[in-house]
Amino acid sequence: MLPTRRAFRVWRRNLESWKRYAVSFFVAAVGEPIFYLLAIGYGLGRFVAPMEGVPYAAFLAPGMIAFTAMNTATFETTFGSFTRMTEQNTYAAILATPCSVADIVAGDVLWAASKGMISVVFVLVLTAACGLLASPLAVVLVPVGFLVGLLFACLGMVVTARAPSYDFFNYYFTLGISVMFLFSGVFFPLDSLPVWARSFAWFLPLTHAVDVCRALATGTAGLAVVGDLAWIVVVTAVTFVVAERWIRRRVLP
Amino acid sequence: MPRVAGAPIVEARGLSKAYGDRRVVSDVTFRVEAGECLGLLGPNGAGKTTTIRMVTCFTAPSAGTLVVLHMPVVPANHAAIKARLGIVQQEESLDPDLTVEQNLVVYASYFGIPRSTAIRRADALIDFAELADHRRAMIRTLSGGMKRRLMLARALLNDPALLVLDEPTTGLDPQARRLVWERIRTLKRDGTTILLTTHYMDEAAQLCDRLIIMDDGRIIVEGTPEELIAAHVGTEVVEVYLSGGERTDVIDRLAAGPWRTERVGHVLYLYLRDGQAGAGMFGALDGLDFTRRRATLEDVFLTLTGHALRD
Repeated sequence: MLPTRRAFRVWRRNLESWKRYAVSFFVAAVGEPIFYLLAIGYGLGRFVAPMEGVPYAAFLAPGMIAFTAMNTATFETTFGSFTRMTEQNTYAAILATPCSVADIVAGDVLWAASKGMISVVFVLVLTAACGLLASPLAVVLVPVGFLVGLLFACLGMVVTARAPSYDFFNYYFTLGISVMFLFSGVFFPLDSLPVWARSFAWFLPLTHAVDVCRALATGTAGLAVVGDLAWIVVVTAVTFVVAERWIRRRVLP
Repeated sequence: MPRVAGAPIVEARGLSKAYGDRRVVSDVTFRVEAGECLGLLGPNGAGKTTTIRMVTCFTAPSAGTLVVLHMPVVPANHAAIKARLGIVQQEESLDPDLTVEQNLVVYASYFGIPRSTAIRRADALIDFAELADHRRAMIRTLSGGMKRRLMLARALLNDPALLVLDEPTTGLDPQARRLVWERIRTLKRDGTTILLTTHYMDEAAQLCDRLIIMDDGRIIVEGTPEELIAAHVGTEVVEVYLSGGERTDVIDRLAAGPWRTERVGHVLYLYLRDGQAGAGMFGALDGLDFTRRRATLEDVFLTLTGHALRD
């Protein structure tokens, strides 16, 4: 089933109930990437040779931007959506109106992507102020942040659809999110790795997000970026369809 | 949407729901007429909630036909049907991060009600739900009764043509229940069509014009409360409390009377029809501990569904 414009009413509901928590959101979403940049980018970076022709902190910054979008969107459609679906019965309440499951899932992933984009804007402004973004093309990272957020929102929703309890998310965060954080080219270039490792990384969604972000931040965007964006769009579409179907089976048995 | 004069608001024919081999609703046929309050009664697991979920587009029937608000219940009609339904589910589902007023205004947006209209309706419904002093309160500060009244108010935002209430007072204290009943009766007086489930017989007697008693996924009887009491129990009930030391012939004499008797543990029930409460009966009861009362729906319910515990 496909969403209608009613999805924006669900998006709006999420915005209304989030306003109360906006401050704690900024601390959580922006604090982490900033601390990584300081400790790893500047701290450890002093002992690291320039990578891909830029100082290590400038190499790390676009990776942190992709990570921020991933992290924010993932939290929203795992813990956030799961709470709305189970503890709070919010989905059941909304389903008693003309809104469908597709509208709810679309509203939730659009909201998660919006939050991802908001946190990207903050990290973007901070990294630009530190002179870590070489190209004015970096402005495009704002809509890219939304797209990357959408990708991870849909992935998180698939996990949520099958989660029996909150504990289940431990698997996803350790085996999915942490693996991507460490092995998707955020901290080191993948080109130097053996073929099998690069092939593995190709299947990690964050790899493509990092590629796009870095190409735009350093102003080296070429045709490869189009391939990465296509990968992201296709996987986002497929995971949305799967998430909607599984959530529908779960809440409307 | 064409409004067919006299056509029922809900028409279910041969409605069934099975999950694999497990049949939870079997061949259920009923109507809800415009302006009436129909109650679905039954012990736990009788199929009441599943029936309601089918009527409200939450669960697809496995078999049978179902027409709600003159529209067949098929996915293409779900949004149009739900636009005119008011649903109060069993579980509390208010938004904990929003105030009482915000809960209503945000919920109205799901129906596409413009914000200015929503604020006006929310205002009137907050008064209706007697929550005027709690307009800006967060949900967690409300009592169970207040939450239930807010759920009821929320279900009325779209001025529904059919109000569906799934166990509207379960878990509430007696004062809170009475207030919810009183609000529902106000809606009835205004002509709202209501379909409700309950396992409280006093609630059914208070609110429903007509009742359906379900057990094991089937409808066992249907009628007005008075009809059901007269047909299945009688007019009066005598409960005899046995201590265990009575002579058997005393009990045999009671059991042999023209009335129906039933023994549950240490209580012997005599179900009396008109004119059976005569001198003969009181003679047989001489020296026993008993009470005499009017027959109620509870007697109908227990007679038809048995005294065994359902979990």
